[in-house]
Amino acid sequence: MALLEVKNLQTSFFTDAGEVKAVNDVSFTLERGKVLGIVGESGSGKSVTAYSIMQILAGTGKIVGGSIKFDGQELVGAGEKVMKTIRGNKISIIFQDPMTSLNPTYTIGRQLMEAILLHTDRDRKQAYERAVEMLRLVNVNEPERRMKQYPYEFSGGMRQRVMIAMALACEPDILIADEPTTALDVTIQAQILELMGQLQKELGMAIIMITHDLGVVAQICDEVIVMYAGSICEQGTADEIFYNPCHEYTKGLLRSIPTTDTAGRKLQPITGTPIDLLNMPKGCPFAPRCNFAMKICINHRAERMPINSDHAAACWMNVKHAIQKGELEIENDEPAKEKGKGGESDG
Amino acid sequence: MADKKPLIEVKDLKEYFYINTGLFSSKPLKAVDGVSFSINKGETLGLVGESGCGKTTVGRTLLHLYKPTSGEIWYDGKQIKTRSDIKEFRKKATMVFQDPYSSLNPRMTVSDIIGEPLDVHKLCASKQERQDRILELMGYVGLNSEHAARYAHEFSGGQRQRIGIARSLAVNPDFIVCDEPVSALDVSIQAQVINMFDELQEKLGLTYLFVAHDLLVVRHISDRIAVMYLGKMVELAPAKEIYDKPLHPYSKSLLSAVPVPDPKVARANKRIVLTGDIPSPLNAPSGCPFRTRCKYATDKCAEEMPEFKEVSKGRFVACHRVGDIN
Repeated sequence: MALLEVKNLQTSFFTDAGEVKAVNDVSFTLERGKVLGIVGESGSGKSVTAYSIMQILAGTGKIVGGSIKFDGQELVGAGEKVMKTIRGNKISIIFQDPMTSLNPTYTIGRQLMEAILLHTDRDRKQAYERAVEMLRLVNVNEPERRMKQYPYEFSGGMRQRVMIAMALACEPDILIADEPTTALDVTIQAQILELMGQLQKELGMAIIMITHDLGVVAQICDEVIVMYAGSICEQGTADEIFYNPCHEYTKGLLRSIPTTDTAGRKLQPITGTPIDLLNMPKGCPFAPRCNFAMKICINHRAERMPINSDHAAACWMNVKHAIQKGELEIENDEPAKEKGKGGESDG
Repeated sequence: MADKKPLIEVKDLKEYFYINTGLFSSKPLKAVDGVSFSINKGETLGLVGESGCGKTTVGRTLLHLYKPTSGEIWYDGKQIKTRSDIKEFRKKATMVFQDPYSSLNPRMTVSDIIGEPLDVHKLCASKQERQDRILELMGYVGLNSEHAARYAHEFSGGQRQRIGIARSLAVNPDFIVCDEPVSALDVSIQAQVINMFDELQEKLGLTYLFVAHDLLVVRHISDRIAVMYLGKMVELAPAKEIYDKPLHPYSKSLLSAVPVPDPKVARANKRIVLTGDIPSPLNAPSGCPFRTRCKYATDKCAEEMPEFKEVSKGRFVACHRVGDIN
């Protein structure tokens, strides 16, 4: 059984301007000890997916459909009481900004111990020892002295280590890391990624790594989900996503990042701007920016289609390629008819 | 495309901020401590380093947004010293800021934002001329005329950065300091803006100082790259050479830390992970600023600051041990 099973998750925010479907029909599974990357731009729903799992959505946000199963236990609709046994204990989260996630008026030690006292049976002395041990684990020098200090006395990288120590203090099965290195410099980012990789192996936990940086994904993830406008466009193993991308958005993303070979050449950006979640198009959400959009893309949203056992994408182009290669016959149902017409598009 | 003649020359530039440490005492924070470089006409010089290394301060002091503590700034063979020099200089050198949200006045329309430099420097004789110029500038950055009467909040991040770029082009400058111009943007939008910088450089013959912390972006856009650490320049070299073979131990670890978007390369990559954090610039180490995190450091490194010298043609390094470790 998978450790975490998310099925058809739908999360919406009910704002004055209308319902914003931030997460739309997201499904994935996470196995014990694996690192799953969720990539996407701002507004793609990657953080909201994580907050839905933890059920820490802002007041206007609500899970409107789907199921989230942790170790076989259904979490959607399970209530606060159950969630309190899960949060911090079984599933922990670290946030992007280590500056604002720590309370500036309490010492680091008190904040670390709070988590341990809340979730375990340890007494204060044992909690103190555990906190010191955790700080040592994340390579904080002189942990006993550091326990007495306040967050302002720590640098950005150190604070993120403290956050990691806090998240791991109760040995969770899943660590959700929401852009954990975005606010940090590259050398500190390398330290933190190294540390996370090493702890993941030692403690055997699973990680959900949420990021917009494909470099970070390549560094640490086994599997990758690419999100756009609240939906999954593509999911597969890291190698499949990077070397055999099958959704036009993923292809566009990979083309648009500068690498050492692109110097002196033009980058190939994705044209246009991200869509407005209040006015979602009927078809594929990426169609308005896609250079290969066909008629069917505008009218029908592509479903998740398997590419191979490790890889699936929601893009009609795969159907077009399969037809061109003669692997697929056009049947006489409605979307297929459109497909035929769509073949003469500008792609 | 880069002309050999230097357009900007900076000699031993220092910028100290005085921080109060007590009622009557203060201590200098050496944000920029003796930096020298030149930028040729039509060239892009990338400036990289971690936060707090002084790269933004170099850009701002260069434009006299901060008064330099000491040092010389030369533009096109003429030193910028007096107030009238500065005023003339600002018609030739402008800036694009990092944050497209806070660098545009929310109460001004796009055409007023772009037109403001034209008014300040009295560059347009008539209203019609001003309007035409604004529309021309908007065309350069891919905005159309119907955007002119709107306010900044009506635009996305990428479009706002375009407005900021149009404003910096208004005075028809030769030189632009780009201070982290794409770091606030999404990946797909970032590429659009980077391409625009390239196209504008070709079309208008611009010279850039491109300050950024994203090393892949800097590598893409720059002809030469300078690396800073704690207010000092540690290495300066042509972009390809510094990526292929960095000489300074700090550049080596900085470049090895870049997350390459390629899983196979990432797995094979041996990162030189630096231990510890960057020291506070208020208590910079003696001698070489990097020595506290450098595995090659010797006693000499603690005693004297290594000279920033040319080790081979066009390659400058400040390291005592550059000969032994490479």
